Amino acid sequence: MSETKGKIIKISGPLVGAVGLKGVKMNEVVRVGKDSLIGEIVELHGEKASIQVYEETGGIKPGEEVVTTGSSLSVQLGPGLIGSIFDGIQRPLDVVRNETGDFIARGAKAQGLDRKKKWDFKASVKKGDKVSAGTVIGTVEETPTVQHRVMVPPGLEGEITVIESGKFTVIDDVAEIKDSSGKTHKIQMLQEWPVRKKRPYLEKVPPEEPLISGQRVIDTFFPIAKGGVACIPGPFGSGKTIVQQQLAKWTDAEIVVYIGCGERGNEMTDVLQEFPELEDPYSGEPLIKRTVLIANTSNMPVAAREASIYTGTTIAEYLRDMGYKVALMADSTSRWAEALREMSGRLEEMPGEEGYPAYLASRVAEFYERGGRVKCLGADREGSLSIIGAVSPPGGDLSDPMVKNTLRVVKVFWGLDDDLSSQRHFPAIHWLRSYSLYGDALRDYYEKEVGEGFSDLRKQAMGILQKEESLEEIVRLVGEESLSDKDRQVLDTAKMIREDFLQQHAFDPDETFTHIKNQYRMISAIMKYHSRALEYIEAGNTLADLKPGKVKEKIARMKFYEDEKTEDFDKLDKEIEKLFASSSSEDDITDAEDEKLPAIEGIGEKTERLLIEKGYDSPEKIKKAGVETLAEIDGIGEKTAQKIIEQLGKKSADKKQAERKKDSQ
Amino acid sequence: MKKEYKTVRSIAGPLFYVEKVQDVAYGEIARVRLPSGEDRLGQVLEVSDDVVLLQLFAGTAGANLDNSAVKFLGKGLELAVSSEMLGRVFDGLGNPIDGGGEVIAEDRKDVSGLAINPYARSYPDEFIQTGISAIDAMNTLVRGQKLPVFSGSGLPHNQITAQIARQAAVRGKKEDFCVVFAAMGITFEEADFFRKDFEKTGAIERSVMFLNLADDPAIERLATPKMALTAAEFLAFEKDYHVLVIMTNMTNYAEALREVSAARKEIPGRRGYPGYMYTDLASIYERAGRIKDKKGSITQIPVLTMPNDDKTHPIPDLTGYITEGQIILSRELEHGGVYPPIDVLPSLSRLKEKGIGEGKTRDDHSAVTSQLFAAYARGKQAKELAVILGEEALSDEDKKFSKFADEYENSYVAQGEYESRTIEESLDLGWELLKMLPREELKRVKDEQIDKYMK
Ligand SMILES: Nc1ncnc2c1ncn2[C@@H]1O[C@H](COP(=O)(O)OP(=O)(O)O)[C@@H](O)[C@H]1O
Ligand SMILES: [Mg+2]
Repeated sequence: MSETKGKIIKISGPLVGAVGLKGVKMNEVVRVGKDSLIGEIVELHGEKASIQVYEETGGIKPGEEVVTTGSSLSVQLGPGLIGSIFDGIQRPLDVVRNETGDFIARGAKAQGLDRKKKWDFKASVKKGDKVSAGTVIGTVEETPTVQHRVMVPPGLEGEITVIESGKFTVIDDVAEIKDSSGKTHKIQMLQEWPVRKKRPYLEKVPPEEPLISGQRVIDTFFPIAKGGVACIPGPFGSGKTIVQQQLAKWTDAEIVVYIGCGERGNEMTDVLQEFPELEDPYSGEPLIKRTVLIANTSNMPVAAREASIYTGTTIAEYLRDMGYKVALMADSTSRWAEALREMSGRLEEMPGEEGYPAYLASRVAEFYERGGRVKCLGADREGSLSIIGAVSPPGGDLSDPMVKNTLRVVKVFWGLDDDLSSQRHFPAIHWLRSYSLYGDALRDYYEKEVGEGFSDLRKQAMGILQKEESLEEIVRLVGEESLSDKDRQVLDTAKMIREDFLQQHAFDPDETFTHIKNQYRMISAIMKYHSRALEYIEAGNTLADLKPGKVKEKIARMKFYEDEKTEDFDKLDKEIEKLFASSSSEDDITDAEDEKLPAIEGIGEKTERLLIEKGYDSPEKIKKAGVETLAEIDGIGEKTAQKIIEQLGKKSADKKQAERKKDSQ
Repeated sequence: MKKEYKTVRSIAGPLFYVEKVQDVAYGEIARVRLPSGEDRLGQVLEVSDDVVLLQLFAGTAGANLDNSAVKFLGKGLELAVSSEMLGRVFDGLGNPIDGGGEVIAEDRKDVSGLAINPYARSYPDEFIQTGISAIDAMNTLVRGQKLPVFSGSGLPHNQITAQIARQAAVRGKKEDFCVVFAAMGITFEEADFFRKDFEKTGAIERSVMFLNLADDPAIERLATPKMALTAAEFLAFEKDYHVLVIMTNMTNYAEALREVSAARKEIPGRRGYPGYMYTDLASIYERAGRIKDKKGSITQIPVLTMPNDDKTHPIPDLTGYITEGQIILSRELEHGGVYPPIDVLPSLSRLKEKGIGEGKTRDDHSAVTSQLFAAYARGKQAKELAVILGEEALSDEDKKFSKFADEYENSYVAQGEYESRTIEESLDLGWELLKMLPREELKRVKDEQIDKYMK
């Protein structure tokens, strides 16, 4: 395409006006001024074109030249994406640093993908094979965790006439395809795609698997599905970035695309320094080997900030098309909206709410709509793109247009609360205000893969938290004195749920990730405690007599149990049963009846464990074994053995007596 | 030879519209000669084929359409930088005002600055001891951080900032350290307070002051932080200094921004502030940090007053969205006689975690402060409850927490203006206070730590 040259007539911040660009199209990339800065056409008005410029415009003069390029703003797709950090228009920041130094100066020309590096391309189709858009024609081991699948670009179909394995750069030809009209197309690993256009797929399918993140409040209470869309709004300092980073670190997505959109430079540096050191819990490889970073921080050009969201999403879609489960985090979508507002204001468009352009709502919807679980073009392959957007409303006010527009399209709302964060309850996701609409879709998964009754447990726990709120209202009005024991137990359990389950310290390496099965056992333990306590109260006991010190301490330490180590939880469950069994008064020990190993007075935990280990897990078995056999167990002497048998005898006698009493009533 | 234009078409607020100009660049500086013969500087805010929009730093009073002459200088706003700047005082546009003559420039820098490449940054993680417990222990400052003070009118932010400047040090290191001070619209007394304090401690030799005072032109304030940060970048990244930049008062800066925006008849954003205020403030605050392979660093302490003590007001709000935490002062504590009246709960240091712990401060730092936060938050809730229901209605436990909260404010947060506590003293004091609470309530500290530190 021949280039057209125009002339600058106006400069106002990142917006440049030009004339003389005949035939130029909307969203076409142009080169602006003496330094040939990158810009994009955002408005055409008769002779006049408005251009948003992706670099600082200081020093540009009217009269300087504008040159068309014929192509839309696009990203370069191919091996080399993973582990890179790009700016909003896909310039690798390490390469930019080599070009312009520690500070980003104008006019850096860095290419998205390294064009010199050679990759080991393994052909996976052969000459004569029929291929169509999305067919994987070869692979490259890009990182130990990501196999790059080189696909036939959308829109192309035909027969392979040439293909070869070997070492190639991304711009070398690796194959040739002859289409039905007999035309031959040379294929390179590098392909381009315009960022504002979503990449095609066969069809969308409803999500049914959770995106597990090891964050208890999320996985257990407000899960997002693989291919789902979520938002996390909150005022400054409430924990948006930490949640996003936790997700980037610990989700079971195969690839993570993290967009730092108009936020802090140090936050990106943090990720850059940390991710090569941290281990992906699923593959054991460094996290950076499955991560793509886009950083257009708050002090970088505002137009490129607007583009960064699209650049990131297009890269994520491309990786999804290979059949990967991709998760995209955008921190923060509000900065993108503000960039839109700033450009719109300079274009003197009619403002909508709060000065945002009237098309904000549709842009937001389009963005989240690019998420989803899809059947990919080509062979039988499924990929998913989950999108999680942070929203930063002014003053934390949820009536902000960006929040409203986002809530209209996302299915998960993690609402951060300023009060919680100032009390250092982290993550400050408010349990009564947040929601997930994926509950039903994920139900089967949780019941089958995690634990039976999971959904019920969640519901019960949520019920307690709701009850807590109304009880607290009463306490505020009339004081705690007025509460019944049952109500007090609700408050007590709610506190356990909040402090020992919902709170999760992101910076404590022992706690930063909780396996989903552990989450299940944790919440079951708390709920077990709760129901035993209620039974205990119903049986006429008073809470004040209960001495749960040790057991509660253990409940508080559940979060440190090793992944999937069920014995620890089994033991804790027992101790909970034991607490209430032994706390029951003499005339009420029915609770303990169906317990395998009731508390034995004078016998320590250690002995008990030894007994269970040797298979003596019921009073019957122990009694049958007798003193002599028990005494043979390492760690249990003659004396202890005697005591055990003695106590067991007494216990069953007591029990009988109790039963008799009951009968006679 | 630069052309002089007498084609001023209109004047509005601080703005000048000049017609029929040629060869003028966006962001360029112009010199405007008023009818009185006085020269003023202006900067190009917008340029088109026929009209240039200029913002005059010293305002347009005394200008007229016919006899004002505009000359474009062919460059952006610059500052002459040199190590000689240390010990000197400049006005808000970088002109010396201490009678010491011009600085002999080692270099001239465009003050708008460039963004640090995130790839070139090095994450701040060196603990700065300010000697103030509510900061060091609870909301730790690290080198290269931007940590603003959110104050209210009449609160002692000047004392606190001066105390930080006086006491701040990275322990165990003797390094080149200096202060860059930017005043925007503060009173002469306030600026003088800082100058005297710097003189007393000898810090004045190692400080650079840029003063735009309350009676100086308001629009000039827009340039002042850029001047200061340009000097700071030179000292930090070319001369290896660890620079502490104090910028007070950012509220006045934001007001000037609003004034220009209103004069341009831009569509106002929230509460009349321009929609680009976030981006504008970010271009200032993000000029803090450390850079790989460079010795120096820039630590920023911007000060702002929250209109009506409201932290959701756009100025504190947008600041908090950009900076790496905030130190919030409380009127209630001030009334209760607590100095420094730092409200630790809504205060935050986002860079704390990587700057503390074994080898940096002490192994128990994170745990004990997390416990203090939790206990104080609970104590404050108990106190609120007591206000409604009376002290007697509190459970025994809540009574303990409520007492703890009082004690925490009066003997932990409160300290002398000239008292500098080591981090160990701050942490030990925390443990001491925790003794007031039942041991089983101390869930955030480990048993071993209790045994080791709660003596
Ligand atoms: N899960 C967490 N565990 C511990 N601290 C947290 C957690 N989430 C947030 N924080 C604390 O809150 C601060 C602010 O969180 P951040 O995510 O940066 O907030 P936002 O992005 O909403 O402004 C962090 O620097 C950290 O100190
Ligand atoms: Mg954030």
